Amino acid sequence: MLQLLQRLLGKTEPDCSKNVAKERLRLVLVQDRCSISPHILESLKEDLIDVISDYMEIDEDGLDVNFCNEDKSLALVANIPILKMKRTYNKANGA
Amino acid sequence: MGEVLVITSGKGGVGKTTTVANVGTGLAKEGHDVVLIDTDIGLRNLDVVLGLENRIVYDIVDVANGSCRLKQALIKDKRFDGLYLLPAAQTKEKTALTTDQMVELCESLKKDFDYVIIDCPAGIEQGFKNAIAGAERAVVLTTPEVAAVRDADRVIGLLEAAGITDPELIINRLRPQMVKHGDMMDIDDIIDILAVRLLGVVPEDELIVVSTNKGEPAVLDNKSRAGEAYRNIIKRIVGEEVPIMNMEINEGIMAFLKKIVGMR
Ligand SMILES: Nc1ncnc2c1ncn2[C@@H]1O[C@H](COP(=O)(O)OP(=O)(O)OP(=O)(O)O)[C@@H](O)[C@H]1O
Ligand SMILES: [Mg+2]
Repeated sequence: MLQLLQRLLGKTEPDCSKNVAKERLRLVLVQDRCSISPHILESLKEDLIDVISDYMEIDEDGLDVNFCNEDKSLALVANIPILKMKRTYNKANGA
Repeated sequence: MGEVLVITSGKGGVGKTTTVANVGTGLAKEGHDVVLIDTDIGLRNLDVVLGLENRIVYDIVDVANGSCRLKQALIKDKRFDGLYLLPAAQTKEKTALTTDQMVELCESLKKDFDYVIIDCPAGIEQGFKNAIAGAERAVVLTTPEVAAVRDADRVIGLLEAAGITDPELIINRLRPQMVKHGDMMDIDDIIDILAVRLLGVVPEDELIVVSTNKGEPAVLDNKSRAGEAYRNIIKRIVGEEVPIMNMEINEGIMAFLKKIVGMR
């Protein structure tokens, strides 16, 4: 009874159409924003190289960062070939 | 020195022209000197929404070409002394106007008016580039639909790339009943996605159609909900703080029932 009343009064359920709309928008905007400014991905790559270089030597030319689209989700997939692992952690800028 | 404000959306038909007509008329009613520029070349509309279609002699391209002086092309509103329209050209190519000409036009208009408001065409091509060229402030319009919000996001990116930062958002044609039933994105959903400042929310209102039929903007109609929303938007444009109006229509029994089932 309570459920019926709530439905009648328009309580929002997780699968109501506005949530579908929001989710679709969220995904499409991730792609839009990246394809419009490819430099986002480029600067992400540079930052990634920076961070990872503290731990290992990597093949910067073989580095591949991209979006992977799966049905209802979007993932950032990075393929980073390692050349050499550092023995100890030493932060480049010595902080 | 006045302020140059562009109203844009990316997607077509979301209510730019209606908004320009209402905001402009409302500002003039409050005593400001306002000029409205229709940059939708080939699809002139703003004159009709304002009820000024019979008075046009020269248009914006005539001014840009030097075929007439700026003052000659400005059409005075029939209701308010401080309101003028610079109409779009109807029979010329979109390319008949350049961004440099637009900048020059805006610079000279803002010397004489408090507000220069630009009605932008749909799309992100030359017409859009012209419309934003001379603007220092932008209002992005969307409806609570996926395609319109997506296009608004794109336009916000383009505005920021053009140096017009912090655009403000108007959500048009909100239907409170559908929001309540979870079948329309609400204000928070859209603001959350676009991450911009909200300038106002205009509900879906049949009186918009009636007022457009008559060529009398709804902002002048005290019975119109959309008109009320536009009056609030105008207050915010001039710098007053006004809360977003309550969109709920049929409070009363429904609100009472909601309390009982614990939804409030
Ligand atoms: N709040 C509203 N309630 C009801 N109808 C509305 C509302 N806002 C706009 N409309 C209607 O939507 C239609 C499109 O509006 P308008 O011409 O202002 O859009 P536009 O963005 O200027 O379109 P275009 O991109 O073609 O220039 C019109 O018929 C108008 O009456
Ligand atoms: Mg229009």
